[in-house]
Amino acid sequence: MYPGRRKFVKQTGGLIGLLLAAGFVRTEEWNRIAFEGKQLDDVIRGLGGNGAQESAEVVILAPEIAENGAVVPMQIISKLNKTESIAIVVEKNPNPLAANFSIPDGTLPDIQTRVKMAQTCSVYALVRAGGKFFYSAKEIKITQGGCGG
Amino acid sequence: MTNPMKIRAKADGAVVEVKVLMSHRMETGLRKSDAGDVIPAHYIQLVTATYGDRTVLSAQWGPAVSANPFLDFKFKGGEKGGIIKVTWTDNHGESRTDEAIIN
Repeated sequence: MYPGRRKFVKQTGGLIGLLLAAGFVRTEEWNRIAFEGKQLDDVIRGLGGNGAQESAEVVILAPEIAENGAVVPMQIISKLNKTESIAIVVEKNPNPLAANFSIPDGTLPDIQTRVKMAQTCSVYALVRAGGKFFYSAKEIKITQGGCGG
Repeated sequence: MTNPMKIRAKADGAVVEVKVLMSHRMETGLRKSDAGDVIPAHYIQLVTATYGDRTVLSAQWGPAVSANPFLDFKFKGGEKGGIIKVTWTDNHGESRTDEAIIN
């Protein structure tokens, strides 16, 4: 019915392969679904999981009170074996997922960064280890919002 | 035009600690200008750090990472004098790579 279709698929397939080989196409795609999730569960699903278990082996080091919600420093450490990724999820931000770090073999599951927080809320550190998701939560009080200035 | 990153990489025994300070607005797309227009989102989405041909960290970011992002991570197997490279790519398709020598 569509004699040109197979040829088209074959040709574009070849083209994509060439572009990949030449490095013109990024092999890693930004995970729009996870970043657009509005709840922790949406984010977990977006990252390929199905629920997460609370774990004391996931440690969030961050201030109890942050004066400036635009710059909240935090360090996430996972003591879980086979930690594959560490995500930072800010419960009440318009888009809760702030960052997701892939931890290859040989890299320590210990990441520091700074994130914006729109208001006082819980921050979740979401760790994927051995194919399963684990989290811990910490409430951080914000005395000045992160959406201004 | 993009500004260079500041990268420090320090070997301490078997572990290299890398600190990166990037220069980027990290605009959320949720703010409005004084005139009431939405300021378009402009933020880093992908970050990759490599040591030789080995990827030692990769990350995906949303606009909630603070402006002029800071990142600190640690990896094993790096040696003094080796080179660590960091690349970011933002949602406008702009990209920047900088490097530092491990000391």
